[in-house]
Amino acid sequence: MPDIHLTVNGVPREGRCEPRKLLVDFLRENLELTGTHVGCEHGICGACTVLVNGEATRSCLMLAVQADGAEITTVEGLMRDGKLHPLQEAFREHHALQCGFCTPGMLLTALDLLRTNPSPSEDEVREGISAVLCRCTGYHGIVKAVLSAAAARSI
Amino acid sequence: MKPPKFDYHAPVTLDEAIALLVRYGGDAKLLAGGQSLVPLLNFRLARPAALIDLNRIKSLSYIREHDGQVRFGAMTRQRAIEFSPVVARRLPLLREATRWVGHLPIRSRGTIGGSIAHADPSAEYPAVLTALDGEVVARGPRGERTLAPRAFFETYLTTTLAPDEILTEVRLPAMPDGAGWAFEEFARRQGDFAIVGVAAAVWRASGRAAVRLATAGAGGTPRRLRESEEIVERDGLTDTAIEAAARRASELVEPDSDIHASADYRRHLAGVLTERALKRARGSARA
Repeated sequence: MPDIHLTVNGVPREGRCEPRKLLVDFLRENLELTGTHVGCEHGICGACTVLVNGEATRSCLMLAVQADGAEITTVEGLMRDGKLHPLQEAFREHHALQCGFCTPGMLLTALDLLRTNPSPSEDEVREGISAVLCRCTGYHGIVKAVLSAAAARSI
Repeated sequence: MKPPKFDYHAPVTLDEAIALLVRYGGDAKLLAGGQSLVPLLNFRLARPAALIDLNRIKSLSYIREHDGQVRFGAMTRQRAIEFSPVVARRLPLLREATRWVGHLPIRSRGTIGGSIAHADPSAEYPAVLTALDGEVVARGPRGERTLAPRAFFETYLTTTLAPDEILTEVRLPAMPDGAGWAFEEFARRQGDFAIVGVAAAVWRASGRAAVRLATAGAGGTPRRLRESEEIVERDGLTDTAIEAAARRASELVEPDSDIHASADYRRHLAGVLTERALKRARGSARA
């Protein structure tokens, strides 16, 4: 079984798994980072989205071995100095989550969106977060949260 | 579900990758961005003996201008294309089409070569390749060959690539300065597979209109709409000519019915989207 060395949320980590193991399962099972959720396992729902070298990526469509040497950011890496990330604060403020299943993927997708487009229009936010399915909120609170984080220029 | 077992190889050179393909004699699959192949593995619809991962082959990732063309290494990410200044300047049609490919997190991994070699008829890049008369380069143990889209796409998910060949490069002619373009698509939700898409480009060549049109999702391969192009090249970019070209488009396509849409509906969409694409392309053209 191959050894995998990678950096997760700024911390060097390593593990060993079969080549067929998906990155999301490696994060959850080998590294015990269960904040990243497994939803559809075929790239549709977006719940497993993490940042790979800074770019939002479906961790169910990548093998763990492919992440050897990569820098990964998961939802566990968003807090700064014990405080919620400004985007997480905005999600709380605007009731952008209910059951919370999509939230990790939603946060990392929105973070990538705001880094590539710091002042998105509402339409652009809706297009951006269409990469993640939410079955509770109707998206309205999520759109408001992302727009307010963008307006605060806090990302 | 989870992928079945496979041997995994991550060669760092193209020659190693080709040698591996030869060794597995058709039982190996090439892994590019994985945005189509990994779902098939997770569903266990694909059970290859081996995966040959191309992601460590650095020489397959580039965007280069060469002799009036823009050349893309097959492993160039869709995301790199979306944000490339060269693509924005030389191939604005490709840039616009890229925004229709899945979602940004899909484009972070998805590659131009993977999309074209997968040959999903609803995919955007094969339609752009077809509209702009591009070509693909394939390399195998017998050497290299260059293929036009008509000689490459055979039918649904099927190309003329041999089992031991790798698509290594995609070449698109740069669009002339002042060219207009549009990629129109209809899908049920943002980021879904296209039900039908139309790629259009227009420019002036020797005082006349030059028109390029191709469809996605209206048959087993992307379809160049040469007869529609000819109507507009002959009569100019008038509303009447565009509407006639759109009617012809819905006659030219040979769509099939599936659970997403009937053949008749796809035919209808091919006409509607051709008209929209040509009118918007006309609006974005400069003299």
